[in-house]
Amino acid sequence: MSWFTSTFTSSIGKKLVMSLAGLFLIIFLLVHLGINLMVLLENNMYFNKTAHFMGTNILIKIFEIVLFGGFIIHMIYALFLQIQNWLARPVRYKIENLTNQTSFFSKYMIHTSVVILVFLVIHLVDFYIKAKFIGDVSDVVYNGKEYHDLAALVEAKFLLGGAVIFYLIALLFLGFHLNHGFQSAFQTLGIDHKKYTPVIKFLGVIYSILVPLGYACIPLIIYFAK
Amino acid sequence: MDFKLKIWKQKNAGSKGKFVNYEVKGISSDTSFLEMLDILNEDLIYKGEEPVVFDHDCREGICGMCSLYINGYAHGPDAAITTCQLHMRKFKDGATITIEPFRARPFPVIKDLMIDRTALDTMIQAGGYTSAKTGGVPDANAILISKENSDLAMDAASCIGCGACVASCKNASAMLFVSAKVSQLALLPQGKPEAAERVLNMVAAMDEAGFGNCTNTGACEAECPKEIKITNIARLNREYFSASFASEL
Ligand code: HEM
Ligand code: SF4
Ligand code: FES
Repeated sequence: MSWFTSTFTSSIGKKLVMSLAGLFLIIFLLVHLGINLMVLLENNMYFNKTAHFMGTNILIKIFEIVLFGGFIIHMIYALFLQIQNWLARPVRYKIENLTNQTSFFSKYMIHTSVVILVFLVIHLVDFYIKAKFIGDVSDVVYNGKEYHDLAALVEAKFLLGGAVIFYLIALLFLGFHLNHGFQSAFQTLGIDHKKYTPVIKFLGVIYSILVPLGYACIPLIIYFAK
Repeated sequence: MDFKLKIWKQKNAGSKGKFVNYEVKGISSDTSFLEMLDILNEDLIYKGEEPVVFDHDCREGICGMCSLYINGYAHGPDAAITTCQLHMRKFKDGATITIEPFRARPFPVIKDLMIDRTALDTMIQAGGYTSAKTGGVPDANAILISKENSDLAMDAASCIGCGACVASCKNASAMLFVSAKVSQLALLPQGKPEAAERVLNMVAAMDEAGFGNCTNTGACEAECPKEIKITNIARLNREYFSASFASEL
């Protein structure tokens, strides 16, 4: 077997790939949040223009493929590793006390990920597919140029109580996933040292609270304020 | 003290096991857990019943043979000890105690609570050693080792190969065990020349044996009787990456 195949089919090699994909998604979530928050501005022009740029710029379009790739790689590797992990213990324990694990949410990564996946599909249908392929979005004109009024699409969506609740639940689970995922990815990469691991763990907790909270602001503010 | 015991009985690796209920009475609180099982077995033999098979050897926490998954914990409900170091005073009088074998695909049941941990030896045989001839006793300080590294290597070397890390990991991963041996040798100059080969071979043997993949839950370090830390797993990963991407192998 070549070194390449043996590395990336090994347990540690597969974890390497999935942790890099996970970290990439963590960065993506920040960028995505930054853009989303613009929808809360009084003037929808900023959000709509940025969304237009993100939807048409060639570099961003290439990056979009990389992003889908990142999600798919993360999911396929996660599923594959998880199945191997189930097979590694064919007879389960009758009583299993996992209370003294160092990371609580690490037990439920596959469960939180299922919620995220369901959310992801619905979220893509809600906005991405609608804007890109179905096209039932009204247009607005800024400086004589036509733009999709995606801000209106978002606002219409979050006037529905059901949608707001669904998004909030999904974000809660995203926070759970990242609470373990953030620091776990660094450990997988071999980055663990008493000098900076406490900082990484702290940042992970902050990230897993603030980022979902940031996203949650959007449906909440739209629902209650507009 | 009196106890109700719920013990896993299984004829051999191929058969299906089941729980059997037993009772022990008049146990002193200073009895060790294994002595309590001895008392149960004497009782069973006296009554003409089949005794419960379990593993043990040194009974002082150094050999790693005693296994047992007690009330949901490898080596029972106490930190940093083996089963032979557990005493009945840790349990409430009249309590029901559930005893299962360490469960993992690479650890088939031999009989009842006794499991086959050959897979751990196979990983050591794959590279958990140095092959250099050591010759006579070297002069003290002929090879300089920093205090920090010598301490870290010594901590890693205290692994007794009990398999509690595998037993308590939700993925039945053997990463803590492998990381202890890889770390111990990678931290010392004597282990460096073969470090790359060692980590590649040991990880290959680990995957081959069918252990699960580490998801950094930390359950292993919480249950390890020798308190081996998962920083060793991070070191194992680093060793593995440097061997894979930077070595000549
Ligand atoms: C924006 C979305 C997501 C982000 C930012 C993210 C991030 C992460 C990170 C950083 C890890 C830790 C990797 C490691 O320890 O090496 C992780 C683990 C995991 N992810 Fe995700 N993930 C996301 C979505 C998903 C989805 C959609 C799935 C599956 C359908 C998934 C399944 C898993 C699983 C099963 C693990 C557990 C592996 C482990 O415990 O180490 N994730 N995720
Ligand atoms: S690392 Fe700890 S739990 Fe695992 S085999 Fe060694 S001593 Fe036992
Ligand atoms: S019997 Fe040797 S460690 Fe328990």
